Amino acid sequence: MKKLAFSAAILALTAGAAFADGHGRTIRMGTEGAYPPYNFINDDGEVDGFERVLGDELCARAGLTCEWVTNDWDSIIPNLTSGNYDTIIAGMSITDERDEVIDFTQDYIPPTPSIYVALSDDVDLATGVIAAQANTIQSGYIAESGATLLEYATPDETVAAVRNGEADAVFADIDFLTDITDEDAELMVVGDPVPLGGGVGMGLRETDGELREMFNAAITSMKEDGTLNALLVEWFGDDVPTYE
Amino acid sequence: MFEFCADPSTLDTAPWFACYLTNGVHMLFYQSFLTVLLLLAITAPVALAFGFVGAAASRSHILPISWMGKLYTSMVRGVPDIAFFLFFVIALDQALEWVNHQIQCPDWDEPIRQGANFVVCQAAKIPLSSAPQWVHEVYNYFIAVFTFSIVFGAFAANVLFGAMRAVPRAQLETAEAYGMTRRQTFWRILVPQMWIYALPGLSNLWMILIKATPLLFLLGVEDIVYWARELGGSRTSQYAYPHPDWRLWYFLALLVFYLGFTRVSEVVLARITRRLSHGQATAGGEAQGKAAA
Repeated sequence: MKKLAFSAAILALTAGAAFADGHGRTIRMGTEGAYPPYNFINDDGEVDGFERVLGDELCARAGLTCEWVTNDWDSIIPNLTSGNYDTIIAGMSITDERDEVIDFTQDYIPPTPSIYVALSDDVDLATGVIAAQANTIQSGYIAESGATLLEYATPDETVAAVRNGEADAVFADIDFLTDITDEDAELMVVGDPVPLGGGVGMGLRETDGELREMFNAAITSMKEDGTLNALLVEWFGDDVPTYE
Repeated sequence: MFEFCADPSTLDTAPWFACYLTNGVHMLFYQSFLTVLLLLAITAPVALAFGFVGAAASRSHILPISWMGKLYTSMVRGVPDIAFFLFFVIALDQALEWVNHQIQCPDWDEPIRQGANFVVCQAAKIPLSSAPQWVHEVYNYFIAVFTFSIVFGAFAANVLFGAMRAVPRAQLETAEAYGMTRRQTFWRILVPQMWIYALPGLSNLWMILIKATPLLFLLGVEDIVYWARELGGSRTSQYAYPHPDWRLWYFLALLVFYLGFTRVSEVVLARITRRLSHGQATAGGEAQGKAAA
């Protein structure tokens, strides 16, 4: 009986939505919602940030209906491949390892350096304890270096780890960290910036070639008419690398 | 929420907090308490029903049914909750989509599993990707509730199985002597009397269920733990209400909520125990009888 009611509910669910399917598919945009200014949940509970504005514009240019979905960073790739959403637009750097599992569009943020932030400038970055978000290019870089890596699930926790002394320094994207150091006098940038990754692109399933081309075309058109550069400067400041 | 909240950066402490605690994300935080309570309200009776069926099946004289009942309890009880949650939710979702795919797209010639990808045709997606986000959330939520019910149902089945065996044998023999059938004995004599024996175990399960609700967070449902971590994290002036790391206070609030809730449960369960002991051949029931006389 229970099973019957369950499948009846599912039938009703799919039947009701089938009528809405006439106008092509809705693209579900997966993001993390915890990485300002790239993407975050604003005070009204909506997805906001550079990638929200960019994604809405790309969908408009490609003539797609898009819907925003948030997902934990740790499971953001598995949930794409299992079909919970259709794209990842979450400040994800294009790397060879990820490219084996999913496909990327061309980059919409040029390669930007990553920096270290600490409470004092005498920390030993080569052998100290460095916090980074799990499954990022930054955590991969620290793991390869001689330093001790402390991984956290969210970006905010990596910074909190430095503030409460669990880690000597945090290693992350420059645009994420400078927003924080600008407002916290105790934190400072230490060491030299490290160039990492091949720029940020949208992730898609490898079977979704057509969708990838639509987004690629939309990104190209935004690069050509200068709107992408204007958006980069608006969200990341004047020092951000832009496209030619 | 309030009119004076238009520019939070100019506010004093008290109105600032009034605005902060009533902004959009906090409303979602308060709603998530209802999400948790709703989970309990649905899971508890459904798990009890699963448990009852499981226990009745385990007692069955028809061997295959008894095997199925025992397999259910021992299998689910033996697997760690978290492993079961992570596996079952994905497996159930993919199984439903696979079945739906066979019905909706019989002519599909590509494989469904392509390496790591699970690709079914668009029409077979549950829910459809064109469905609004709340439909996806409700669907995920009910998959989670179903999983909770299966896990806690297995434990309840074991508790009820024990309780059924604890009912004094003399009661059942008397029923048989009166000429009741097996079915009548079960429903009229066994079931009404077993609850007092089941209650300690069931109340334990209820407490564990309350404390297990943060597992929702693991399944991607935005529950109170998700929002506490999200809202407690430090915020730059990118947000309208910047603040330092307040996770300690948010988790403290959760602690108070869970403690308060389990305390209320204890009081209610104590009352039910008193009620069920009435007229029973247990120490509690006899003490009641003596006090009345």
